[in-house]
Amino acid sequence: MLQNIPIQRKLMTANLLTSGAVLLLTCLAFFAYEVLTFRQSTVEKLSTLGKIISANSTAALAFDDRDAATEILAALKAEPHIVAAGLYGTTGKLFAQYPVNSPAAFPSAPEQDGYHFERGHLAGFQPVMQSGRRLGTLYMEYNMGAMYEQLWQRGKIAALVMVVSLLTAYLLSRTLQKQISMPILALAEIANAVSKQRDFSVRAVKFGEDELGLLTDAFNQMLAEIQKLNATLEERVRERTGQLEIANKELEAFSYSVSHDLRAPLRHVDGFVDLLRKQSAEKLDERGRRYLDIIAASARQMGTLIDDLLVFSRMSRGDLRRAKVASESLVHEVRDALQGEIHGRIVWKVDSLPQVEADTAMFRQVWANLIGNAIKYSRTRDPAEIEIGCTDSGNGEFVFFVRDNGVGFDMQYVDKLFGVFQRLHRADEFEGTGIGLANVRRIVSRHGGRTWAEGRVDGGATFFFSLPKTTN
Amino acid sequence: MAPLKRILLAEDSERDVELTMAALEENNLANEVVVARDGAEALDYLYNRGKFAGHANGFPVVVLLDLKMPKIDGLEVLKTMRSDPYLRHIPVVMITSSREEQDLIRSYELGVNAYVVKPVDFQKFVESVKQVGFFWAIVNEPPPGTMKRSG
Repeated sequence: MLQNIPIQRKLMTANLLTSGAVLLLTCLAFFAYEVLTFRQSTVEKLSTLGKIISANSTAALAFDDRDAATEILAALKAEPHIVAAGLYGTTGKLFAQYPVNSPAAFPSAPEQDGYHFERGHLAGFQPVMQSGRRLGTLYMEYNMGAMYEQLWQRGKIAALVMVVSLLTAYLLSRTLQKQISMPILALAEIANAVSKQRDFSVRAVKFGEDELGLLTDAFNQMLAEIQKLNATLEERVRERTGQLEIANKELEAFSYSVSHDLRAPLRHVDGFVDLLRKQSAEKLDERGRRYLDIIAASARQMGTLIDDLLVFSRMSRGDLRRAKVASESLVHEVRDALQGEIHGRIVWKVDSLPQVEADTAMFRQVWANLIGNAIKYSRTRDPAEIEIGCTDSGNGEFVFFVRDNGVGFDMQYVDKLFGVFQRLHRADEFEGTGIGLANVRRIVSRHGGRTWAEGRVDGGATFFFSLPKTTN
Repeated sequence: MAPLKRILLAEDSERDVELTMAALEENNLANEVVVARDGAEALDYLYNRGKFAGHANGFPVVVLLDLKMPKIDGLEVLKTMRSDPYLRHIPVVMITSSREEQDLIRSYELGVNAYVVKPVDFQKFVESVKQVGFFWAIVNEPPPGTMKRSG
């Protein structure tokens, strides 16, 4: 029940409960002892008094002198708590009584010797003896009310002492608990500040060399360690970022010179082959002219490779400019742009496609590559069937797919499909450089999505890619 | 035949010069081409100095500029021309291998009139040069002060 209250209250409650319990037990023990001793001493006092009265009244009893006996009993006036007394003769009849006209009902006959407590009174019988012979019995009744009054008074004092003690205990514990609670509270406050503001530079104040001091030291040490790690982490991140920036700049410079310098010699090859063909075509035989064609074609192919590689590198490093893109109209746009490459009949099936958040130019490139592939690899079919659609994966992603009934591929090589310059067909079967799907994979992954494919030789192929619905 | 006007071709690569000339010849545009082998020579021609001192050159009808040249590159030539009150109106066409976005942006920022990427395929290149030459040397009316073809 103390679990959820603040530690200060916890400590004080524990202290007060402990001291209160101790005080209460002490008082109770004291009280019980008081009552017992009081009763015992009263019994002793009464029996002593009884012995005196007995000794004095032997003559009166022996001589049957009622007046003398009454007079002896009257001496009990000196003890006001004795409310009644009586002498019984050997016959058991009341012989004399005190006070003389007492309204109190005396026992009609003497009972067993000894005293007992009943209803706030102590009463009892005692033998009157002379030379070993019993002459009669003395009865006495003592009012304990006064004694209880006195006990009540003491109880009140004890209660007062208890209240004062508890108050003192409260004040003391309020002061002393601070020794324990303050360092803990200070630690808690610092821990709270650290976790809320992520400020690892703060330190807890140490109050002493006890266990709490040790705890504070350990806590501060941990903070220092975290601060140091944080600082070096930031430094390392900055360092790496710098290195990356340099690498990126170098890459840009590299691709710039690729773009500019590598293409020039190819242009020259193609250009001069062309000039040579014009100049000396008649001097060359069939084989020579074929060689020239091959040289020119190779130069152009290399030009295409370089261009594709540049596009790939641009797709990899250019900034993503995300915007809302209507996939469906983009797909139709790309399809229309590719009309020129369509030779046979194609049955299109384009489902309704959602709007996504993507870099429009890059997203268009993805569709151009996938739809272009579908057209290319299904051109031997009549009619070719190309299906484009989208499903909701259910875990916050759209999964788009492009399916064709073309030549397909062997699933054994599925891993190679998305690699740079990786091809599953010879160039004389299907033209291409093998960069398209690498571009698709790179672009999709930069958008936080995945790419995969399914296919069967001569059984068509399906290319999938996922895109997160929301970008963070 | 329409009067042919002078074209200034700034190109550092000898082979590119030859190919460009071949392309222009194929289109009968080669007659009045002046070749500068770097940016500095191009500016010499425009300012009648150095190698070209003493020639009554007049302004070319168009300057075909390569981007990457020794000494002074194409962008610097363009910048100099655009900040000169006498040269600022001369049409400039970049003819370059670079398709880099930054080059395109810089060129247009500096006020280039056209930007042509040299294709690897020579036939396409011939076609590009033909169109550029035909448009700037024949169709387009150059700013006043441009030298007409001497008889």
